[in-house]
Amino acid sequence: MSSDATGGARNGAAVNGGGADVPPSIVIDRVSKRFTLRHARSIKEMTVRAMRREKLSETFNALDDVSLTVRPGETVALMGLNGSGKSTLLKLISGVMRPDRGRVLVRGRIAGLIDVGAGLHPELTGRENVYLNAAILGMGEREIRAKFDQIVEFSGVQRFLDNQVKFYSSGMFMRLAFAIAAHTEPDIFLIDEVLAVGDPPFREKCLARIRELRGEGRTMVIVAHDIRMLTQLCDRGVMMRDGRKVFDGDVAEAGALWREDRQARRLAATSGHGGTPGPGGTAGHNGTAS
Amino acid sequence: MTAAAPRVAADGLRPPEADGGLAQVFRRRYLLRLLVRRELKARYKGSLLGLGWSYVRPAVHFTVYFYVIGVFMGMDRAVQHFPVYLFSGMVLVNLFTETLHSCTRSVTGNAPLVKKVFLPRELFPVASLLVSLVHFLPGFGILLAASAAYGWRPTPAGLGGAVLAFAIVVVLGLGLGLMCAAVNVYFRDLEQVVDILMIVITWTVPMIYPWTHVRDQAPDWVLDAYLANPLVSAVSLFQRAFWFPGTRQDFAFPPDLYARAAVSLAVAAAVLAAGRLLFARAQRRFAEEL
Repeated sequence: MSSDATGGARNGAAVNGGGADVPPSIVIDRVSKRFTLRHARSIKEMTVRAMRREKLSETFNALDDVSLTVRPGETVALMGLNGSGKSTLLKLISGVMRPDRGRVLVRGRIAGLIDVGAGLHPELTGRENVYLNAAILGMGEREIRAKFDQIVEFSGVQRFLDNQVKFYSSGMFMRLAFAIAAHTEPDIFLIDEVLAVGDPPFREKCLARIRELRGEGRTMVIVAHDIRMLTQLCDRGVMMRDGRKVFDGDVAEAGALWREDRQARRLAATSGHGGTPGPGGTAGHNGTAS
Repeated sequence: MTAAAPRVAADGLRPPEADGGLAQVFRRRYLLRLLVRRELKARYKGSLLGLGWSYVRPAVHFTVYFYVIGVFMGMDRAVQHFPVYLFSGMVLVNLFTETLHSCTRSVTGNAPLVKKVFLPRELFPVASLLVSLVHFLPGFGILLAASAAYGWRPTPAGLGGAVLAFAIVVVLGLGLGLMCAAVNVYFRDLEQVVDILMIVITWTVPMIYPWTHVRDQAPDWVLDAYLANPLVSAVSLFQRAFWFPGTRQDFAFPPDLYARAAVSLAVAAAVLAAGRLLFARAQRRFAEEL
């Protein structure tokens, strides 16, 4: 079903998926998001900047009139260079941020692998963190108890389960965090850059788990810089550039566009023109937008 | 703005942030319980005294007030059973100041979580309030024991007043706490303001001295303003409940104490409603501001 749906959505015109009988699981309808960068926060900084006649703040469009419809069971790769707005889009889907214009609608339970580990508390033990983090991701007490052993086994940190998480290696930390998130069984799964961590065997395990979740018909939106992996994992690619959707369709084609963009940015960087691939680039705001 | 859109459409599509608000905190009470436990465990982790530190601060305050104000300045002779008088006000004032202090920092202190995962953000101030209540319980137990040792016997009117006083403090504390938590995300200055305010609160309630000193020394309008403070009514009611019955019963409480307290509770409820509204509006931009 995915190839039909992606073909139709390619121009971004089929926002409400004309003709499809399954209701969509994510609808992003003409969404814009604007960020304000404040250069001065204290009164002192403000006066200094005002005297020098410098701007106190700048705004830039992290997302500009983006529309996207994702059907249940689709695996969508969001591609784009740093600052292209893909992480912002993911945050809007998860509800962490709200759009300035347009609307975002979702169906079912959402869980995000967005910087896993955000919910892990270093002073608590691994065991306590499994309960806490699973509850943060929306699981109930009984559900956590039922899946506890599975989570621990997946993470491979059995021996250190009763140690404080601050003594974990970064690999163990990420493994535990991923294991919890991967067992939440959401209807919509958002994945941001987490697959870059961990040793190769664990990474394989993560990918296998993602394929398994995909096989169960869950909707997935994945952000990563590993284009080859995305091409294998996803059946649809969305390419973002400066907060706008520039391509929506075959994942390999989206990957090719991404490589072009990266090439352009590298060229620009080596010839000394800053790192902006095209007019009005937001490369200078990488940290905030991505 | 999307606020006017229906929360859940017929096909199950809804805005991802539809699960927010103070009412949702109750639905996620398992998570709330874990957050409270995390707070209690993590705050004193790695210190030798552990949770014991939550007793040290009030104990030091009590000792200083008792010796300086009670013994050196003679309050002990002016107010019968001064230690009980002092302590019955102190447990309540500590509950209020600690709630306000920790609520103010609750959202900024959980910044990684607020930015990455969507949760009803009201969870954090409510968890702070519950942590303060856990700290209040042992102090309250000590108060009951001390009052009993000084010849206190519970009276229905007194206990009713105590419940009223407790309600005023909790409702007002959560209301102001929600406001402070929200504003502190935008202006971190508030943390400093609240800390200074805590000193003012301690000295503008009849906890260390009786209210009659204000009546006899200050102009009428100051007394009116003083008695209008909901915390003054709450503290007086606690003294009425736990200190007064054990004394010669010749102390005159502020006029219309119960009527004033009822009005105070209404004011506190209004503050809570306003705080809830302010927080709900402000939290839309939390992820960007943190």
